[in-house]
Amino acid sequence: MDNKEKQILVTAISLVLIFGCYALYVYNKYIAMNFAILNDFKFWGTAFLILIPVTIVAQIIIHIIFAIINKMVTNEDMVTLRDERDKLIELKAIQISHWIFTLGFLLAMGSQAIGMPHYSMFITLIVAGFISGIISEIAKIYFYRKGF
Amino acid sequence: MSKQLISNHIRKLRFNADEMTQQVLADKTGVTRQTIVAIENGKYFPTLELAFRIARVFNLPLEEVFSFHVEEDTNQTTNKKIK
Repeated sequence: MDNKEKQILVTAISLVLIFGCYALYVYNKYIAMNFAILNDFKFWGTAFLILIPVTIVAQIIIHIIFAIINKMVTNEDMVTLRDERDKLIELKAIQISHWIFTLGFLLAMGSQAIGMPHYSMFITLIVAGFISGIISEIAKIYFYRKGF
Repeated sequence: MSKQLISNHIRKLRFNADEMTQQVLADKTGVTRQTIVAIENGKYFPTLELAFRIARVFNLPLEEVFSFHVEEDTNQTTNKKIK
C-alpha cells in the first residue's frame, strides 16, 4: 500500500471516527434527555453547522498525527504532489459521492412527501453525507489499485 | 464495438536509458511514481501533454513511445461479413 492509499484510508477511518463520536456526543448531550428536540429546526441547523468545522479540524489533526507516525515508522515523507491522475481519480470519486448524496437527498425529500417526521429528513441527509464521503474514499482506493 | 488500446514502451526505454528509475522519470515529467507505474502497466492513459513530456525525456517522437491500436470486435466483424 503506497502513501496515497494510506492517506485515503486514514481519511475514511477518521470520517467514521469523527462522525461516530459526534453522533454519540450529540445523542448523549441533547437527544437522550429530550427527544422533543428532534423536532426543533434550530437544533438540526446548529448540529449541521458545527459538524462541518469539527470534521475539517479533526481531519487536519488526524492527518498531521498520521504523517508524524508514518515518518517515524517508515522514514518516508508524505506525498504532497497531485498530478493529473490524482485529480482525475478525485473527480471520479466526487462524481460517485455526488450521485449517492443526490439519492440521499431524494430519500430525505421523499420521507417528507410521505408524511414522515421532520427529523427523518435531517437524519437521512446526515447519513447520506456520511455514506457518500466513505464511498468516495473507497472509490479512490479502487481507482488507484485497479485503474480506470 | 471496436476496442481501443494504447500501449507504450516506457519500461524498455527506461532500461535503455541507463536503467532510469521510475522515480527519476516521474521527477522529470512532474508526476508521481505511482502514475508512471500505472502508465507502464496500462492502467492509466496519460494526457497528451504528459505523453509529450515522457517522449521528450527519451528524446523520441511520441509514436515511438506510445502506440495506438484499434481491435475490431470479432462478433461485429462476423456480422458484417454475413450481411
